[in-house]
Amino acid sequence: MSIRVEHLTHIYDKGLPTEQIALEDINFAVEDGELLGVIGHTGSGKSTLLQHLNGLLKPDAGRVIVGDVDITALGVSMVEIRKRIGLVFQYPEYQLFEETVAKDVAFGPKNLGLSDSEIEERVREAIELVGLDYEEIRERSPFELSGGQKRRVAIAGVVAMRPEVLILDEPTAGLDPKAHHDVLDMVQEVHRRTGNIIILVSHNMADIARVSDKIIVIDSGHLVTTGTPREVFSQKELLRGVGLDLPPITEFTETLREKGMELPSTILDTREAALAIAKALREKRTKG
Amino acid sequence: MEKIIKVQNVSFAYSREEGSEPVKAIDGISFEIEAGSFTAIIGKNGSGKSTLAKNLNGLLLPTEGDILVADYNTKDDAHIWDVRQTAGMVFQNPDNQLVSAIVEDDVAFGPENLGVDPQEIRQRVDQALEAVNMGQFKNKAPHLLSGGQKQRIAIAGVVAMKPRCIIFDEPTAMLDPKGRKEIMAIIDELHREGITVVLITHFMEEAVRADRVMIMHEGKILLDGTPAEVFSQGALIKSVNLDVPPIVELADELRAVGISVPDEIITEEEMVAYVCQYE
Repeated sequence: MSIRVEHLTHIYDKGLPTEQIALEDINFAVEDGELLGVIGHTGSGKSTLLQHLNGLLKPDAGRVIVGDVDITALGVSMVEIRKRIGLVFQYPEYQLFEETVAKDVAFGPKNLGLSDSEIEERVREAIELVGLDYEEIRERSPFELSGGQKRRVAIAGVVAMRPEVLILDEPTAGLDPKAHHDVLDMVQEVHRRTGNIIILVSHNMADIARVSDKIIVIDSGHLVTTGTPREVFSQKELLRGVGLDLPPITEFTETLREKGMELPSTILDTREAALAIAKALREKRTKG
Repeated sequence: MEKIIKVQNVSFAYSREEGSEPVKAIDGISFEIEAGSFTAIIGKNGSGKSTLAKNLNGLLLPTEGDILVADYNTKDDAHIWDVRQTAGMVFQNPDNQLVSAIVEDDVAFGPENLGVDPQEIRQRVDQALEAVNMGQFKNKAPHLLSGGQKQRIAIAGVVAMKPRCIIFDEPTAMLDPKGRKEIMAIIDELHREGITVVLITHFMEEAVRADRVMIMHEGKILLDGTPAEVFSQGALIKSVNLDVPPIVELADELRAVGISVPDEIITEEEMVAYVCQYE
């Protein structure tokens, strides 16, 4: 399974005075099993792009090919697309509505017309995959759970559709530090266990650097660069130009480099930074 | 120094359901806030920090103990508006705080309710919008603004009431990095102008700007001191599922590989200075 986005263009209010190009000639590919990080400041076109990937929006030009299906072609069944591609919106817990956790997670699979036993199996699997205890939580009301737990339940509702591609729009926004780490670990765990493509949108550069295999950077409707975390975060000036920061530790080690300290470029991890700084300090002491 | 807020043996309990055992969100805490200071209160969700914030301006009343704001007891009905006028409050979600269809009407809402003279209101609204750099948006509709801009309007609405103290309850939690920077710059500016700031947050890099940091855990105050004093307790902070600021994390890693970084180094500037003078 892979995703190919080819020459994707989307224009809002086409033909009206308010016409605005939201996406222009976007090209990229996500290979089987990759975790793709998507970054760009608010209003850059990220959300418009995501909505094309699961068929909520149709492009004005270009194609989105998932596996061997062109999901932007006329006559493609939306149900088929949604089965393949699950999209978790921002603050998905606002969409919880059922009396019990199990019923809420079962809502999607039920709409696929599956048998009761198949539904139960999927619900159990999804709840466990997001790191919750099925037996303990299934009969509880989603509204009495903590913020982090609610978010996991909402994500489980999408995971229960067994999508081949899981898209998460800011899954850690607004969570406290513990819940933030837990949800990010959960995303990696789901990725590890399903082996499927995951597309993660986040404003947190440290998270993106940590979990992504590949990153795309969107600004004003254009794809401005793509590459591994190290390739992307080595382009400090370009990122700054589109209103994005480096991960805090990278920002700090780059400051030290500007002050003349001999460190490797684009350090993405705190431990890596500590080892490099310690080495440089010891060399300084030997020379001094 | 004048103590603008005095929290005296305060507990706050609530019942989840009718007849169930009450839960203590705040458990017998005491502290005072100095006029003109900048205090950050940190804690994970459920630690009691937001409940405390709502107690500080009388939105909630202590079930035990007293809170005095400019020496008015928050339980004294006759002076509740003096309490609220002294200590204004900004909440997490700007969408929940905006009431009007036009930005300047929204900012005028607070002073109007205080019965301020219309000419004075005009002046206050203009000044408040300038204070948050939103003057040019005064005739716009709030729903067309970005999250950070909306939050700035919400702050202007509080500033227009001329409070001596503003309590910010996770004001940046729902904003993107640009919005967060805008709001933190405004908070720093208001503090410089003499407003007492109480900032509830779980972003550690925001807390290092304060002159005092309090960490709440299970309704009690776990740590209270200068940022350097508090963040030198990295192990304790992590044990209650909070993060330490990125530079404190780095300092810990450096110590682990034999570089004895002093405890008081918690900001990027301090770490740069330390590394550059190292010999």
